[in-house]
Amino acid sequence: MENERRLDLPNQTPRPEGELEELERVWATPRGWRIVTTVNNTEIGLLYIGIAFLFFLMAGVLALLMRTQLATSDNDFIGQELYNQMFTVHGTTMMFLFAVPAVEALGVMLLPQMLAARDLPFPRLSAFAIWAYVIGGLVFFSTILYDLAPAGGWFMYPPLTLKEYSPGDNADFWLLGIGFIEISAIAGAVEIVVGALRTRPPGMTLAKMPIFAWSMLIFASMIMFAFPAVILATMMLEIERSFGWPFFTAAKGGDSLLWQHLFWFFGHPEVYIIFLPAAGLVSMMVPTMARTPLVGYRLIVIALIATGFFSFGLWVHHMFTTGIPALSLAFFSAASMAVAIPSGIQVFSWIATIAASREKFRITTPSLFILGFLFIFTIGGLTGVMVAMVPFDFQVHDTYFVVAHFHYVLVGGMVFPLFATFYYWMPMASRNMLSERLGRWVFWLMFAGFNIAFFPMHLTGLLGMPRRVWTYPGELGWDTLNMISTIGSYILGAGVLLFVIDLIRRFRPGRGGPENPWQAGTLEWLPNDVYSTRSIPLVTSREPIWDQPNLADDVREGRYYLPNAPTGGRETIVTSPIDAKPQYVIRMPGSAWSPFLAAIFTAAFFLLLTVKFVTIALVCGVLAIAFCLVWTWPLDHGPSRGPVDIGGGISLPTYMSGPTSHSWWAMVVLMFVAGSLYLSYVFSYLFLWTVSPEVWSPTGSPALPGLPWPAASALLLLAGSALIFLADRLLPQPGKGRVAVPVAIFLAVACLVGSLGVELAGHLRTGLAPTANSYGAMVYMAAALFGQMVFTLVIFGGYTIARYVAGKLDRERRVTFDNMRLLYYYTAAQSLFGLMLIHGFPRLVN
Amino acid sequence: MRRGSPQWLAAGTALVLVSGCAGVQSALDPTGAEAARINTLSWVLILFCTAVFIVTAIIAAVALFGSERWRRRLAGDRLVVGAGLIFPAVTLTFLLAYGIIVLGMGGGSAGASGSLRISVVGERWWWRVIYHDENGHRVENANELRLPVGRPVRIDLTSADVIHSFWVPKLAGKLDMIPGRVNTLTLNVHQPGVSRGQCAEYCGGPHALMSFFVIAMPEEDFSAWLANEAKQAKEPMGNPETRGRELFLASGCGACHTVRGTTANGTIGPDLTHVGSRHSLAAATLPNNADAFARWIRDGQHIKPENLMPAYRIFTDEELASLSSYLAHLR
Repeated sequence: MENERRLDLPNQTPRPEGELEELERVWATPRGWRIVTTVNNTEIGLLYIGIAFLFFLMAGVLALLMRTQLATSDNDFIGQELYNQMFTVHGTTMMFLFAVPAVEALGVMLLPQMLAARDLPFPRLSAFAIWAYVIGGLVFFSTILYDLAPAGGWFMYPPLTLKEYSPGDNADFWLLGIGFIEISAIAGAVEIVVGALRTRPPGMTLAKMPIFAWSMLIFASMIMFAFPAVILATMMLEIERSFGWPFFTAAKGGDSLLWQHLFWFFGHPEVYIIFLPAAGLVSMMVPTMARTPLVGYRLIVIALIATGFFSFGLWVHHMFTTGIPALSLAFFSAASMAVAIPSGIQVFSWIATIAASREKFRITTPSLFILGFLFIFTIGGLTGVMVAMVPFDFQVHDTYFVVAHFHYVLVGGMVFPLFATFYYWMPMASRNMLSERLGRWVFWLMFAGFNIAFFPMHLTGLLGMPRRVWTYPGELGWDTLNMISTIGSYILGAGVLLFVIDLIRRFRPGRGGPENPWQAGTLEWLPNDVYSTRSIPLVTSREPIWDQPNLADDVREGRYYLPNAPTGGRETIVTSPIDAKPQYVIRMPGSAWSPFLAAIFTAAFFLLLTVKFVTIALVCGVLAIAFCLVWTWPLDHGPSRGPVDIGGGISLPTYMSGPTSHSWWAMVVLMFVAGSLYLSYVFSYLFLWTVSPEVWSPTGSPALPGLPWPAASALLLLAGSALIFLADRLLPQPGKGRVAVPVAIFLAVACLVGSLGVELAGHLRTGLAPTANSYGAMVYMAAALFGQMVFTLVIFGGYTIARYVAGKLDRERRVTFDNMRLLYYYTAAQSLFGLMLIHGFPRLVN
Repeated sequence: MRRGSPQWLAAGTALVLVSGCAGVQSALDPTGAEAARINTLSWVLILFCTAVFIVTAIIAAVALFGSERWRRRLAGDRLVVGAGLIFPAVTLTFLLAYGIIVLGMGGGSAGASGSLRISVVGERWWWRVIYHDENGHRVENANELRLPVGRPVRIDLTSADVIHSFWVPKLAGKLDMIPGRVNTLTLNVHQPGVSRGQCAEYCGGPHALMSFFVIAMPEEDFSAWLANEAKQAKEPMGNPETRGRELFLASGCGACHTVRGTTANGTIGPDLTHVGSRHSLAAATLPNNADAFARWIRDGQHIKPENLMPAYRIFTDEELASLSSYLAHLR
């Protein structure tokens, strides 16, 4: 077999001596304490999922303490203040520190194997995001231990969270802590979008992509559009708390409902952001256990896309009781019901696949968790239909009925699939599988405990018990139900504890576990290592292992693409986004201290800012930026290393610029994020105008500066863009220099700064103060958002100039310049629009 | 895994029957028009969802354990399109229409007759209640709502500080109290009796201890009650009450509380002119009796932590008893 010539495969065996050793050397994991410098997604993903699971356990302990408090009426086991902090931290941790990071971790861990990519395209960005999350998350959670935890509920509604009603630093911990954990989620989303679209193996067209990759692609796209809304909201709330800009204060033309709109515009998609990847995991496991391809693959893909789309039209169903007009209520009620349909499609696809099993559906521990998921999630979906009915919601909103509903959806929809995943994909991370025998105990304890704890809550809510109460009187008849719930929660906790015990007994990180123990069909079950597969297969179907005989051996022996490390460094194949044709070989960075240190200083910046150590915080901020620059400096390596042969007569370049480059794609993703943040701002501006037109210029505020002011600002933007255009044209040939390039970049950045200065000076001259009313706050907020982009471009422009000076920028080696140019054009466009809004809108409506 | 389902639902239904009728705060035991309509809707939804769940469970059980022939029938796009797409699209359309009809019948200010209007202002952590009667008189009260039976009454809801939510499950669904906005709810109570309401939007601190009672009375009783409520406070008849009033006025209680007919005219805290006649004290945290007044004045921060009335430990037991009997006699 080994020596047999297989002419139809891209490479021939035997492979040259030392090739595999070279590959292993290139991808070697750093040893000892240098382990923190590792950037490989497969390795650092393990830290990611581990910490996320730790947060699940810790927030679970908080839940058990709260259930103990509620076991009987008039209990005083936990006092009021601590209880209020506990449910805030429980919710915040479960949503922000457990659920989203856990699925994102599974994405970065599993996608490289599923796509047979050596790694996802931005390993250092992942490492940065993960470390920032680990440090920031742990510090945030620890606030519960010393009475510094926020107590505003996980959705932190103002005015309760304004300085006046929450005077301590507690709420600031939430805002800054969560704010930057959101940023780390966005970093992960960039990795996943570009990874899923550009690092698939040759032949894996979109229509052959595993459902999990589809769901992660949609997950990441949803993060791109949903998270910016809450980032803007947290920025505004923190600014109001710190500087008194009245975005949310009714007496000054603000509105507390603005927060609710922005929060739920993020918060509802968030539920699906958590659920879709879990559904994707289920769609991978069910076919394996049924030993048959998924029924309704195309319908499921459509359902996933539809869910992602609809989920942005549902946010108002969290606000049915705020007194909004009946017409909006009806619209959002309809949208909330419509979203049940894609979930129905998925549920019945899984059932149909189970029915299509060859022989019978295999009942393993993962299968049990999947069936448990189907049971629980179906109930959660049905109660979701109930609460989508507006009048019913009037009764049960903010009661234990809703507590039951969303735990059925989230625990059913995410935690049970996650446990199935732990059992199923354990060989991806550990040498041993977990115990199937104990696994059954774990499942039945968790399943029974969950239902005993949460099913009665539906009734508790209908009997009138609101959520977020630390105690209740005995005469209302809620005692028995609460006691049952508490007992159930302990049983659930016992199940999780048993899982942890099994984990301690059996989990041994490393490779060399059983190979494809479930006889699955997808690529992650090929023999693999930290560099994924030895060679990257040509994929011809959705379940290549089932359909391509001898695939595992051929891949292991290096008969497929890129069985070596031809550039002497880490690399993988980049393919075209739709039909996965090989385009170039991406050279990826290896282990480094810089992402780790950048993350530490970023976390330090935010946390020190929270406790008002402004100077040290700023020093840390500068260091964070410095280490980011250190990390990116070697990345734009240019075309120095010529094309390489990946086998099958395919020779690919090792450097790419322009719209084919992965870096260009990541920049576009970031521009979508920035655009979405800006649209949230535009919404907020118009929303506050509809609420309080009386504070708007010119009646309630000073008249706008004369038209020459915005005109000058706009002219500077256009001039700067023209300079960037010029610099692009003037980029020199390799090895040549042309001083006009750095000068043009410098002047372009100066134009931006000038434009911002003119805009600010104009408003300051009129005497408008940001603290005067919501109009003033909004005008200066536009400048703040503009300033944020200008700040980024000052650094980016300086960095680009530095690359020119170092001789690392020319007509061919130009990815850095291209990205800067994209961001510049984007900033100019956004700011021009901003000028029209700020200076045009009040004139138009007056 | 499917076998547990019918038992669960049966157990749930049984529990509803056992405990559903007892509660003064139960949405399943309506005495108001809107709550009654929602109760019907709830049962339609519960039955519909139970049926869908059972059928889904049966289909899943067949897919898992059924014979080859049965399983083959389920294994295809037909099931996915039929059960996952067409069935929900059709049934949900009908449910939606029903929901919108129920929505159109209740809420808003629709149907409120007469010129009695009541404003309820959410405060941390109590309820300011203001009756505006037919003659434009304004009568302020707190932590209790009295309503005439048999006619719709318009309730204007707002907040003085953070967001609260007004919820009396037996009468109607909840509606938020938002600073800077006024939301309007119509309450139409069918029968006399007491029901309990509670703040349903987390408002910090003792949110759990922000409740109130609603007392629905026949029309003539209500008018008599409102007429009495509009009067100034009763004069104390003798000692300990007279002594109590002196203490009340001398200790600065009037800076926050009003007792109409005295110099106490503070508006920060609840109006105490007729506090003795209320169903409860401290927003339904304590029963209403002289002992409870004494406990509240001395141990208020223990009974309801973080509430905005500081604890007054300046009184001797005898003084506290006088003060309490004065307050209790304000009926």
